[in-house]
Amino acid sequence: MFLKEYIKDVYSGVKSLLIGMRRTGKYFITPREIITEQYPEFRAQLSERFRGEVVMPHDEKNEHACTGCTACELACPNGTIKIITKFDIQPDGKKKKAIDTFIYHLELCTMCNLCIVACPTDAIKMAQNFEHSVFDRNTLTKKLNNPGSKIREGIE
Amino acid sequence: MYTETEIIKDNIKAGSETDLIINIGPQHPATHGVLHLIVTLDGETIKKIEPHLGYIHRSIEKMCESLSYRQFIYVTSRMDYLSSHINNYACAMCVEKGLQVEIPRRAQFIRVLMSELTRIASHELWWGAMAMDLGAFTPFFYAFRERETINDIMEETCGARLTMNYMVPGGVMYDIHPNFQKRVKDFIQLFKSKIHEYDELVTGNIIFQNRMKGVGYISEEDAISYGCTGPVARGSGVHCDIRKLYPYELYNEVEFDEILETGGDSFARYLVRVKEMHQSIRIIEQLIDNIPEGDFQAKTKAVLKLPKGEFYTRAETARGELGVYIVSEGGATPYRIKFRSPGFSNLSALEHMAKGSKIGDLMATMGTLDLVIPDIDR
Ligand code: SF4
Ligand code: SF4
Repeated sequence: MFLKEYIKDVYSGVKSLLIGMRRTGKYFITPREIITEQYPEFRAQLSERFRGEVVMPHDEKNEHACTGCTACELACPNGTIKIITKFDIQPDGKKKKAIDTFIYHLELCTMCNLCIVACPTDAIKMAQNFEHSVFDRNTLTKKLNNPGSKIREGIE
Repeated sequence: MYTETEIIKDNIKAGSETDLIINIGPQHPATHGVLHLIVTLDGETIKKIEPHLGYIHRSIEKMCESLSYRQFIYVTSRMDYLSSHINNYACAMCVEKGLQVEIPRRAQFIRVLMSELTRIASHELWWGAMAMDLGAFTPFFYAFRERETINDIMEETCGARLTMNYMVPGGVMYDIHPNFQKRVKDFIQLFKSKIHEYDELVTGNIIFQNRMKGVGYISEEDAISYGCTGPVARGSGVHCDIRKLYPYELYNEVEFDEILETGGDSFARYLVRVKEMHQSIRIIEQLIDNIPEGDFQAKTKAVLKLPKGEFYTRAETARGELGVYIVSEGGATPYRIKFRSPGFSNLSALEHMAKGSKIGDLMATMGTLDLVIPDIDR
């Protein structure tokens, strides 16, 4: 009785191993199913929603859509965004609030997207680059508005 | 302060001369994170296990007190990072309970779909990692092949692969990507055509079975008294699936089975998780074609303020029951937040499970507990 059980165990054990080996062997002889991709020769195409870094798009006239309302600064959970505002003198003599510097600390950003959702004028968006490593961490503190840029006409 | 050296010295004092004390972790590949176990051995037999926590403690609960009700949700992705959607889900539900907002049906569908996808992704990773703990290296790659597909779906719709922050109070952050339904269906097809490989490679394997069966046994009563939840408790036959017991949102409308195994050993816990993947696929199949049209987010105020009071919700993550407890003083930030995380209670049962067994079996027991250390430390 014991012997019979034992032989049965050995038989099913060997069988289970062979089943597993057959699966491994199948992938060994069909390498086209291998899914490894070589980096950096091949870089993944990330979808347009991927959150890589906060950027502020400027159009060809070097204009952006940021009014300096600081909604994004308040929405950010970890103080990544700092907005310094100034007052522009309009042609008609009136003062108007505008951004002077939009500081973005990439090293603090957790890519949570809360700032993008909070922005009423869609002035900032997420870029898809993901290779952020640098030698000096100071270079991760960025100024998002281009030098000399101003707010686009008609945005309140 | 009670330092590590003192703990070890105390253990030496308490034990006999022949006791051997070894440290597993904090940097050990089999603990999947910075968990430190001080194991007292008599020869090869485990006499005592003392988990030493706190290496990745980031005081998330305290941090949440200074964040607004919109902001604190993203931090919870970093607790149990493998089921971050479900963590976010539980928190969003708790805030919604306080605000008494009605969630659009479309948002509910998307939320449940995302949760189930996350559960599959988490179990896939667990499957690969656990096989690796036991010395099988390639299952990890098989598991990642399917898991990558889910991650790609997440990336396309939510914008991130692991810490999504997609659930917001009132619904989801933005609508699903136009490709979402097609890609999920492709994934279901892929999953169904590949899942038999899991059984061929690991489940049926004689070496694997012998290392799992009868190892790390915990009875039904003990599982309850240690506060185990999730697949760990269901492996001992405890009926504890929050989705069945206290169904939230859509879970009372979809059909699925709660997986119960009565073995109580590592193999039973293994089977629970593998079968749960099939149930998650079943839920996704029921929902994916019927996502109703409509809003994906309810209208909420810009600054959320919960009324004074206490709010508690729970959700079934891939590891067990996650409880979110918010005390509000009526302000824009919570007065106190407490998370009841599944990993912490499951870890507490480890000593009971492994006592008296051999040190080699400890890895199998720990593997089937599916510990995520940031979830334990928070
Ligand atoms: S993505 Fe999140 S962390 Fe980063 S700047 Fe925006 S709000 Fe702050
Ligand atoms: S980026 Fe948007 S939210 Fe931030 S200050 Fe500019 S307009 Fe306001």
